[in-house]
This record gives sequence, structure tokens and C-alpha cells, in this order.
Amino acid sequence: MRMQMTKKMRIKEAKQYVADKLGLTIEEICDVVTMADVREERGFGLANFEPYAESNIGMEAKFRIAEVLGIKINSVERFKERAGLK
Amino acid sequence: MGEKKKYLTRMGDGSIVYMTEDEIRADIRAGVADAADRGKIPPLTEEEMDHIYDIITMPGGIVGVDLKDTVVTSSDSGSDKISTKCCIPIDRSINAMIHERVLGADSVDIGLEDYNYKTVKGVAKREAAVLKRALNYTTMPIFYGAMPNLGFYTKPDGPIDNWAVLLPEGKIKEAMAAQEEAVEHAVRDIVFVAEQMYDVGADGINLDTCGAAGDADFLAALKACEIIKERFPDMAVEIGMAGEFVLGMHGRLKYNGVRLAGLYPHDQVKLVEQAGASIFGAVVNTNCNATFPWNIARVCTFLKACSEVANIPVHANTGMGVCGIPMCENSPADIVSRVDKCLIEICKIDGL
Repeated sequence: MRMQMTKKMRIKEAKQYVADKLGLTIEEICDVVTMADVREERGFGLANFEPYAESNIGMEAKFRIAEVLGIKINSVERFKERAGLK
Repeated sequence: MGEKKKYLTRMGDGSIVYMTEDEIRADIRAGVADAADRGKIPPLTEEEMDHIYDIITMPGGIVGVDLKDTVVTSSDSGSDKISTKCCIPIDRSINAMIHERVLGADSVDIGLEDYNYKTVKGVAKREAAVLKRALNYTTMPIFYGAMPNLGFYTKPDGPIDNWAVLLPEGKIKEAMAAQEEAVEHAVRDIVFVAEQMYDVGADGINLDTCGAAGDADFLAALKACEIIKERFPDMAVEIGMAGEFVLGMHGRLKYNGVRLAGLYPHDQVKLVEQAGASIFGAVVNTNCNATFPWNIARVCTFLKACSEVANIPVHANTGMGVCGIPMCENSPADIVSRVDKCLIEICKIDGL
């Protein structure tokens, strides 16, 4: 979805882009079990995020997603400004 | 000879109807022909029509696509649906979290109950506060959404003479001038709201149900999109349509030299691209008096043509009463899942 929004990629191109960035296959990035592990390991955020103290969700996850995908996420950029990080 | 086997399917209003193979195939063919004729676009191939027949008649209440063919979702007034439609009184930022973590949405938009930019303008900073709360606690992209809804700028609610009153009185020039004036008001309001949302980090602006008041309404969306992308290039714009066909309430309005009145989705998407939008929300109307086979064949003909010419992602609007979804409040999953499968496998759409 973020690649469609930021780079106007059609779905096939967007999936390939994300798969390449994560070092996965198209089928793997569409698989909930594989992606749950990847998301947890890399801090991209999960729907079910127990245990809470170790989980990433929301802004902290978006920082990581922006970096891995090589895109600007507006809320991350505004957060950095407000927090004095840029 | 025994009676021919009949399959359960539905009318465009959602009511159940039983049809034989011959009846289903005949309606598919008629739906394709209607779209090809109206849109001046190629009909579906025999293989594609066979595939629609297979999807309509395949066993199972719910059907699906291969894992690798799944697509993403966007919405209109998504974050307000649980409150408005289900009457569960919760904040829209919490609505957004429920969409992300319970319903599995890929994005959602924060929108006011009175889902139009003219109304939002007066409370834009309050709306931005709701959006900011949602953005801080969700991971998926969050839009701010509303409709251009040009009709709201007419008297007695707005400052402009009502062209729907002027036209029957034969005041054609006055009606045209009123619509042109309304476009300027709407563009100003949309861009003002977009700026407030950008400031709190919106991932995108959703211009929803564009063209609802005709060609001037669509023009307002295109012009606003152009300005938003110029001022805030990192913020996405999704333009979703009101119907399959841009009504010529004005009749002479153009965007980049193209007359807007009468455009179908495959032409609409090219202008949406030119305006700088990231996603096009395509619509084909559901005919309540026709069968699902007729409706979905017609939808696929229009949207295959649209998807083939598009250089930006196309999200088919699959809400009540559009793109083959029946015109009823409680959408039947048998039809919804068949619509989605047809759109993904035949039209190669990028999202729903």
C-alpha cells in the first residue's frame, strides 16, 4: 500500500519491490505466518503484539518501515520535526 | 428430460435468484455487450467470459484468489463506519486501530460523519487532532477523506445559486456560471483541509465520490489534487469516483483540453494521472433490476479497459451498489467475494 501511495506502483511492481527489499519471495510477503515472523523480528509492527514491552507498533514501526523501504512517511517526517530530530 | 440445473445467484438489489447455465451465460454476454457499447471499449474475450461463469457457479459461499494474487484495501469514511453504521460509539482514532489490528485493513481514512470538505473546513484543526492520534498509534497508512460534494455550495446552504433550479428554468448560462464558481470554492476548501492534515502527518488525502454533482465536481477534485501534489509532493492523493459516467451538469468543462462530461473509467483514470493522484478509485454502477452475472460482466469489461490503460494503481470501489456489489445494507459475502475474485483475476486491479 505504501509503495502504491508514495511511488504510484501497480500491485505487481509494488510487491516485487517490497519482496526485494526484504529478501523474500512474492508468496512469502503475502503469507501471514512468514510475515508475522519478519514483522516481529524487524520491528515493523504486528496486529497481535504481545508481549507489550518488546513490541513495536505505530510510530516506532513506521520509522523502521520507512528506512527499509527507502521512502518518506509523512507522519514520521512530521514526528521528527516536532521531536527535534531533524 | 429433467429440469436443467439452476445456480443460486442474486439480483442487483441482493435478492436471491436461481439461473440455469444458459441464462447465466446469456446475461454475461449481454453485460459485456452493454459496457463495450457504452464505453466504446473492447468486449471481454470468450475465455474471460467463461472465467466469470466459473466464478459465479463455483461451489462455496465464499471464494478467493491465490495467495500471491492478494491485493490491498483503501476505504471511504472507513474510520467512521463502526460508529455510524454499527452505532458503536468509539473515537475514530480507535476505529482506525480496530481496522488495522482486528479487521486487517491495509489503510483507512479518518473522515467526518458529514463527509464533505465544505463542512470539514470549519473544524479542520479538530479533525487533524483525531488524525494525529490515529497516526501516532497505527502502522498502516492513514488518509484524511471527504467528498468535494459541490452541491453543498448552493443556496440555501451555500453562497451560490442552485444550478439544479436554474437549469429547469432555462437559465443555462447562469447555471454554468454557478458551477464554475462552486469549483473555485471547493478547490479552496479541499486544499485548506489538506494542508491541516499534512501538518499532522497524513499519509494521504482521499477525494471521495468525485463527480457526484457532475462534471464540475470532478473538475474540482482534479484541480485540488494538482495543487495538493504541487504543495505537498510527499502526500498521496486518492481520487475515487461517484459513478461510472461523469454527468454533464455543466457540459463544457474541460481538464487539460479533455471534456469531462461523458467520460467512463478508462478515460477518467488518464486525467486523474495527469492531476498527479497516486490511486484511482474506479466505479461502475450496479443495476438493481439486472442479475449479478449481467452486472459483474459489465463491471469487468469497463474495469479491464481502465486497468489496461492505467499507469497508477486502480482500486475498484466495491461498496454497496457499485462494481457488482448489490444495493443493500448487508452485503452478501457470496457476491462480494465473487466480485473481488473477478476484479483481481480478470481486470488485474491493484486494490479494493
